[in-house]
Amino acid sequence: MSRTPPVDDVIVNVDHNRGSRRQSRAWLGGLFRAVALAAVAVVLLVVLLTVTGQRTGEALIALVTGAAGTWYAITSATLVRAIPLALAGLAVSLAFRAGILNIGAEGQLLAGAAAATFATLAAPQLGVATIPLLLAAGCVAGAAWAGIAAFLRQKLGVLEVISTIMLNYVALHTVGYLVRGPLQESTHVFPQSFNIDRIAQLPIIIPRTRLHLGFVFAVVIGVALWWWLKDRAGGFRLRAVGANAHAAESAGRINVARTTTIAFLASGAIAGLAGATQLSGVTYSLYETISPGYGYTAIAVALLARLNPLGVLVAAVLFGALEAGANAMQRDAGVPEVLVSVVEALLILLVLAADRWRTRQVRMTEASI
Amino acid sequence: MVDGAKATNAALALIGITRRFGSVVALDNATMHVQPGTVHALLGENGAGKTTLMRVAFGLAQADAGSMELSGRAVRFSSPAAALAAGLGMVHQHFTLVPAMTVAENVALGGRGRFSIKEWAARVKEIGERTGLVLDPFARVSDLSVGAQQRCEIVKALARDVRVLILDEPTAVLAPGEALELLQWVKNFANAGHAVVLITHKLRDALAIASNVTVLRRGQSVLNASVSDTTESQLAAAMLGSSSDGSSQVSEPESAKTAAVSDVLVETRISEPASQMAITAHDFDMESRNSNSTSNASASSPINETHSPQIDATFDSLAGREVRSAGGEKRDFTRVVLRLSDVTSRDKRDVVRVNRVSLVVHAGEIVGVAAVEGAGQRELLRLLSGRIAQSEGDVQLPAHIGFVPEDRHQDALMLDRSLVENVALRDAGSREGRMPWNALQQATRTIINELQVVAGGAEVEARTLSGGNQQKLIVGRELADRPEALVVENPTRGLDFRSASAVHDALRSARAYGTAIVVYSSDLDEVLALSDRVVVMHAGQLLAVDADRDAIGRAMLGA
Repeated sequence: MSRTPPVDDVIVNVDHNRGSRRQSRAWLGGLFRAVALAAVAVVLLVVLLTVTGQRTGEALIALVTGAAGTWYAITSATLVRAIPLALAGLAVSLAFRAGILNIGAEGQLLAGAAAATFATLAAPQLGVATIPLLLAAGCVAGAAWAGIAAFLRQKLGVLEVISTIMLNYVALHTVGYLVRGPLQESTHVFPQSFNIDRIAQLPIIIPRTRLHLGFVFAVVIGVALWWWLKDRAGGFRLRAVGANAHAAESAGRINVARTTTIAFLASGAIAGLAGATQLSGVTYSLYETISPGYGYTAIAVALLARLNPLGVLVAAVLFGALEAGANAMQRDAGVPEVLVSVVEALLILLVLAADRWRTRQVRMTEASI
Repeated sequence: MVDGAKATNAALALIGITRRFGSVVALDNATMHVQPGTVHALLGENGAGKTTLMRVAFGLAQADAGSMELSGRAVRFSSPAAALAAGLGMVHQHFTLVPAMTVAENVALGGRGRFSIKEWAARVKEIGERTGLVLDPFARVSDLSVGAQQRCEIVKALARDVRVLILDEPTAVLAPGEALELLQWVKNFANAGHAVVLITHKLRDALAIASNVTVLRRGQSVLNASVSDTTESQLAAAMLGSSSDGSSQVSEPESAKTAAVSDVLVETRISEPASQMAITAHDFDMESRNSNSTSNASASSPINETHSPQIDATFDSLAGREVRSAGGEKRDFTRVVLRLSDVTSRDKRDVVRVNRVSLVVHAGEIVGVAAVEGAGQRELLRLLSGRIAQSEGDVQLPAHIGFVPEDRHQDALMLDRSLVENVALRDAGSREGRMPWNALQQATRTIINELQVVAGGAEVEARTLSGGNQQKLIVGRELADRPEALVVENPTRGLDFRSASAVHDALRSARAYGTAIVVYSSDLDEVLALSDRVVVMHAGQLLAVDADRDAIGRAMLGA
């Protein structure tokens, strides 16, 4: 959904095969954007490292090596971290596209992880059906957690920005209770759940790495969402409601309440899937810090991608790389990991400011006519 | 017409004002002199620069060139506060009141230093006694009628002791009676020695009270004259320029004077079916893309012969009238398309907005709804277009109903989306499967061509279009699949002559192929110009009225 400058439209208007041409331009634009953002991230990091008096060269080498230096780093550090960011990012972008400010991907993710943990209890009986069941449980729990906010919004007009943030804390502390109570490991020493059964663990898709099947989920859902939003009537309805709910209702005769509710629930389901996937593919047990804020970073990922599902996949890999690199930087060069969080935040601010600026240019042109 | 002596006497003089926005020249050497003790009308089409010129005067925009004098003293205002301090006030077309605050608080806004609500309330009272603009200082603005809000806006300016008052389209939102009252007040205010600039596109308002007039066209002051030295036809010619063709037409001047304008403007009246039909036939036919030219003649000529559209036309005389449309399908013009039987509608707070209304609209007729603000017409139109459900009674509607709501930015468009996506919005609620983007792109181009929408292509954002072109796109969209019925609400509000005329033409040609049309406009003359018959809505009820304009006006006010 990138903006095309008017001059492009004039050019493509005379082109009969314009659909594909426009897409290839959008592709190139998106690729350029991703590369530019990565470059900006590195520049920002260098500045920050220099200002804080770190050994810049050493830190950068550790960062790059940790994120992309080896095959193992790419697959097992960067991409594995990108999976929950991508899934939660898709959840956020779907909701935002419908005009729903779902800030609750974090809580929905935790709900999904907790429900999936419960589902693994049935592993001995279910065997190979355990994984589908736990994934489904994660989706349902995520949707239900979002459903609370959706219900409050629909029936009582409670702002979802507020309710979803609050529900994040409820989810976090519920998990805290579960891992000290009903789901605690058998020694009752650590605040975490039992290890899930081997049959409940997601298969590794590339041997001798940690890259699990969740990667495929993220890619498939990303591509499917992109196609659905672009090409299907239901996707258009969702986007129309997000663009202008009044017009969608009046001119499009779209059932806005139904559309937003479904989008909200679907968003929660995808976030819940992110939680279930993280449990079943990475941590193999439930604990409070199973998500180091993936649900919040996901908002950044979605915004960075301008809510485009394909862009979310790319942005998730970028953030996955940054976080993997930050980890290595702290470990190998002794540079605090939070420095990278600062870079992430600055990136988002930059992107938002740039978008605002572009919108203003358009509006100023319009106002002057 | 401009001389030095005038400039020094003027309460407000704007000399050679030029203002550019990027590459667009909004004001090009515009000059006007407002004499004390007079009302000075500032006329021009939409986008001619009237409001921009006054924003420059009021310090909301800065001139790129030119100078300004207030009572002979050269001034330049960097902000509205500076203008107010110097005795120049402006009342904007769109109110700038804080609805949650009281009248006195709104009037006090922008003041400095110690704030005493008592003093401001006393000031509001005092101004009311002195000028007749009576308001309860402690009433909440959100509880006030539109007319009272207008008074509050003026009192806000008067509380700063302004000597020059700019009024931007002050009658646009008022009922006829309120408008008359306001204009009378403006006249008196000027007679007391103040100067008033009246921005308007209503010739009749301007000529009723103004002593002098300035006409802007494309940012240039093309005419500065005293009203006694000029005729309506001169003014209209100045506003439209020589490039205007015979097809553009005004909807508002209904007075006898307007006859003089008809060399420039083709006037359409209910009593003149011939000219009405001439416009219907002369261009734009939505059918033309899927049929040959015979559709035009076959669709419109039978009406031309048999249809004598009186306001109170009884449909007995139209019995048997039918035409064959382009597709060869029979269009029965006596067929009832929309029917409300004893329908009541309540809003969320359970207040009755539409009270036991019955109405029948036939294929191929335009029914005009006349009403003052808030008489229930908003709900009536939404009932007729199927956008809300009735609380009681029986509603019969066809499957395809086009709807053109008055607030196009809120209810009709996705401003940040392409024209294609905006066209796709029609029927989006019931569409299944894939979006037929290629067909929708084609449909958008057809609308752009047929309604001559000025746009940089089908993929530009709706935001980049001017208001008139946005409206043409909406009308084209709602008429694109030849709906059985069309409901339109203030279809030309804020539009210039040419766009308004294009919208009117589109409505008439839709009538020609048998669409049942309901039109509401807050401009009574527009209702009269478009409609085959008129119903008046007052306090939620529909009234039958005589054809007479004054009778309709009285019925609207419930007199």
